[in-house]
Amino acid sequence: MESLLNQLPVGLSIGAVLLLIALGLTFTFGQMGVINMAHGEFIMAGAYTAYMLQDWFHGQAVIVALPVAFVVAGTLGWILERAAIRHFYGRPLDTLLLTWGVSLVLQQAARDLFGAPNVQVTAPSWLSGRVELLGGNLPYARLFIMGLATACVVGIWAYMNRSRQGRRMRAVMQNRELAAVSGVATGRVDQLTFFIGSGLAGVAGVALTLIGPVGPSLGTYYIVDAFLVVVAGGLGQLRGAVIAALALGMLNSYGEFWTDASLAKVIVFVVIVGFLQVRPQGLFVLRSRALT
Amino acid sequence: MTALLQVTGLEAAYGRARVLFGVDAEVEAGSLLCVMGRNGVGKTTLLNAIMGVLPPTGGRVIFDGEDVTRLPTHERVRRGMGYVPQGHETFPQLTVAENLQVTLDATKHRDRSAIDAALDVFPRLEEFLGRRAGFLSGGQQQQLAIARALVTRPRLLILDEPTEGIQPSIVAEIEAAIERLHQEDGLAVLLVEQYLELALRLADAFVIIEGGVVRRAGGAEDLHDDEVKRLLAV
Repeated sequence: MESLLNQLPVGLSIGAVLLLIALGLTFTFGQMGVINMAHGEFIMAGAYTAYMLQDWFHGQAVIVALPVAFVVAGTLGWILERAAIRHFYGRPLDTLLLTWGVSLVLQQAARDLFGAPNVQVTAPSWLSGRVELLGGNLPYARLFIMGLATACVVGIWAYMNRSRQGRRMRAVMQNRELAAVSGVATGRVDQLTFFIGSGLAGVAGVALTLIGPVGPSLGTYYIVDAFLVVVAGGLGQLRGAVIAALALGMLNSYGEFWTDASLAKVIVFVVIVGFLQVRPQGLFVLRSRALT
Repeated sequence: MTALLQVTGLEAAYGRARVLFGVDAEVEAGSLLCVMGRNGVGKTTLLNAIMGVLPPTGGRVIFDGEDVTRLPTHERVRRGMGYVPQGHETFPQLTVAENLQVTLDATKHRDRSAIDAALDVFPRLEEFLGRRAGFLSGGQQQQLAIARALVTRPRLLILDEPTEGIQPSIVAEIEAAIERLHQEDGLAVLLVEQYLELALRLADAFVIIEGGVVRRAGGAEDLHDDEVKRLLAV
């Protein structure tokens, strides 16, 4: 019973990281229809940013890295959009291949820069403790990740619903052509969306340094699950992404606990495929008379 | 005197399927040009090409003396070309107020009175300001669509079959609004319309399109021709 309870923070924090990754994907996928396979490498870039910053900030590198990784990964995403992806809009398969290639290049670049073996980022000492709760253990690091994801979701929600830029983003997401004939520079909105989405992946990468080692292929472990979150949650839907990410995190963590890692993956896939048979549109959809 | 909008030899295609084969048309400042023709002759394509939604493959679009053929759509809107696409398009998940606000934010003038002026044209929208646009009726959505275009402070209003598929009670309101904007405010209008009655009442000039080219053009008085009736007969 005790160890069963201990899986809870594991599942929730994995779910929280998945959520950060999926938030970015759901915007780029939802708004621009781009399947960005290189999104995982922005996670990796974020994690290595924390690793690099250790030289200057030692124990506190993770905290400093949060905003820095957002900008680093965001800039990488922005460059990718400007240099490559925008020439392939409306061609999802080509985009998929292109970004997959970019992802391999970025992984190799990381191997050349940092070496193939995994590296460690030292967590701040004040995150190393744990709190006893209902007979279970709740490590501060996992608690921190959950708090971080919550803050990011609240921030994104406020940005989307309370700011001019966010309103513009929603308009482009809902009706790109109409946004253009309303005077919105849709290309600019796309750039900003890509920056924010990729930046969030970078933040997720920093969070991951708190629960495991950093390697060149860090992103590949999470990218497929993140896409599952996006599809199951419904495109461009904040609510859906939150629920799907937490559900997937729990499913992963308890699946691994009761069986083993590979069987857990099988269970996850079976559940998602089954769910999509019942609700192909995901948990939530943009619904209105205009679309029926 | 040069026209407000001058379209010369405009060509457009969807992939390899060519739709427009060199269309010429002009809208004088303050006048109303009616573009007519049967279904599928390229009327909507012409408007999309004029607005740059579908980049033209040939020809020129000149607005107020400036060649805008290669400009992105939003730049044309900012120069004063307001467009109401076919099929009462809105941002369905945004409220009516947000639909207008997002448009205002994208304009150069950012003058709030543009929203008030648009709501004066369709006062019925005021009671729905907090409601999501996707939950309005088709007719209300079309009123919002026109109001949205008005917020951009257009000097030329381009409308694609604004009363198509709209409940009759609102058709009259929309027609009256277009008439008022044109006659009282002197707004230039480019109107795509399938029906002769409205054209007869409003148009200063007309072009009839068939097979991607202009088959007939003339002033309001020529609309009574048998040739015109033949070209429009279904």
